[in-house]
Amino acid sequence: MAQPVISIRGVHKYFGRVHALRGLDLDIAGGEVVVIVGPSGSGKSTLLRCINRLETYEKGKIMVDGIPLDNARNINAVRREVGMVFQSFNLFSHLTVLDNLMLAQRVVRKRPPAEARQTALELLDKVGIPDKADAKPAQLSGGQQQRVAIARALAMNPKVMLFDEPTSALDPEMIKEVLEVMLALAAEGMTMAVVSHEMGFTRAAAKRVIFMDEGQIIEEAPPDVLFNSPHHERTRQFLGKILSH
Amino acid sequence: MSTPDEPQIPQEELDHIPGAEPSSRMDVWWWLVALVVGITALLLFAWPDPFMNIFKFVQDGIVITITVTLVSFLLVLVVGMVGGLGRLSTNRAVHIISTLYVELVRGVPLLVQLIIWYFAVPVMIQSLGKAWAIPALESFQANPVVMAIIGLVFCYGAYMSEIYRAGIQSIPKGQMEAARSLGMTYFQSMRHVVLPQAVRVILPPIGNEFIALLKDSSLVSVVAVADLTRRGREYASIHFDPIEVWMLVALLYLIMTLFSARVVNWIEKKTKFER
Repeated sequence: MAQPVISIRGVHKYFGRVHALRGLDLDIAGGEVVVIVGPSGSGKSTLLRCINRLETYEKGKIMVDGIPLDNARNINAVRREVGMVFQSFNLFSHLTVLDNLMLAQRVVRKRPPAEARQTALELLDKVGIPDKADAKPAQLSGGQQQRVAIARALAMNPKVMLFDEPTSALDPEMIKEVLEVMLALAAEGMTMAVVSHEMGFTRAAAKRVIFMDEGQIIEEAPPDVLFNSPHHERTRQFLGKILSH
Repeated sequence: MSTPDEPQIPQEELDHIPGAEPSSRMDVWWWLVALVVGITALLLFAWPDPFMNIFKFVQDGIVITITVTLVSFLLVLVVGMVGGLGRLSTNRAVHIISTLYVELVRGVPLLVQLIIWYFAVPVMIQSLGKAWAIPALESFQANPVVMAIIGLVFCYGAYMSEIYRAGIQSIPKGQMEAARSLGMTYFQSMRHVVLPQAVRVILPPIGNEFIALLKDSSLVSVVAVADLTRRGREYASIHFDPIEVWMLVALLYLIMTLFSARVVNWIEKKTKFER
């Protein structure tokens, strides 16, 4: 196996007295799509947020693209290469859609305005909302906001994309438009780590599914294997709850 | 993606939100400003003796009052931002220093602080100069206006720090996280994402602080600054006509504060609709 893009070794994380991550090991290879599932409180979002250091961790080592997350300079360098999509979109509410996509390109990548604008418009086209460039986030539907958020992350030309429950805050009819964008991205070979319980997306795009519970990885397998014949009792119970409806 | 059959709705109608348009009642308050200006003008021109005499005597004081207020306010905006960021800093030392600053300064009356800056601080500097044999410090002479501005900024900066802190805290954490996740540094995220949104939130209290500062600037009259209040007192003590003097001085302050309140209100409305 070639050098993994994301390498997580023995990571422990505490929230006060709560031991949220209990010695996690995980490698994600370039071009791989990994979906993380698990009950609420299992630490799956925390793990994702540790990868770009939005959460600190007390023990262990995380390397992204060969850069260890151990000082401020490295952390900013990693964040430039790792795009993140949040459950609550987190678009900059005082800026237009276009400015949302241009800000980090200008400030972090130091791209000239014309180039940043060009990249932004191409990406808006790609996520299917080229006509909303001048709108404010509040004027968009949830699905549109999330697609803008994906485009904003992509504008930095990231090597990895992290999705933290990207469709959990959306109405059912808007989930599909966001998943389509994510599927297209996976098809292009983007390295993706996704926390989501969207089974359709997982079956179609994921190479591996990781089941987490109580801060540990219980088991991991390709989606067909994990969903149809899980090894562990806990996995079976959890899947029983989310697959039954 | 509108189809040609769709009826075209004019843009003004789409932008129109019922009940959100600037109400015309606003103008009533401008009438109040006009009324106070009118009464003042009437006094000045109908009874030039004593009112025009008083006005001519205190007019350089008006300039001082406005200058001191504007200069102090601009500096307060900067000090408040630094103090507010300091209060929110995860660096323990920075946090403790800024919290001490805010808590201590807010607990001492402004008048006492101004007196300390003008009467006590220069003496302290002179004795330090003597102790360290630095002639420049030994012969230090306090400029009343400079010391008054320092005193006002030091005090109001503490109040403004709390306003900035509250404003920054009112912006959802996700905004900062999104900015950081794109590789922006803490200060880049503050400057481009959090502060622009926070400033809109805190505009009303900032406006109130400006008006409070304008009124509190009258306290500098105690520390040898020839502002509007001090000039009024000088005139009254020469001519023994306190009623006319203080009536006019009050009217002049009223014109400045009412006018400022209207401007603040106008800025608030403007930024609200841009949102």
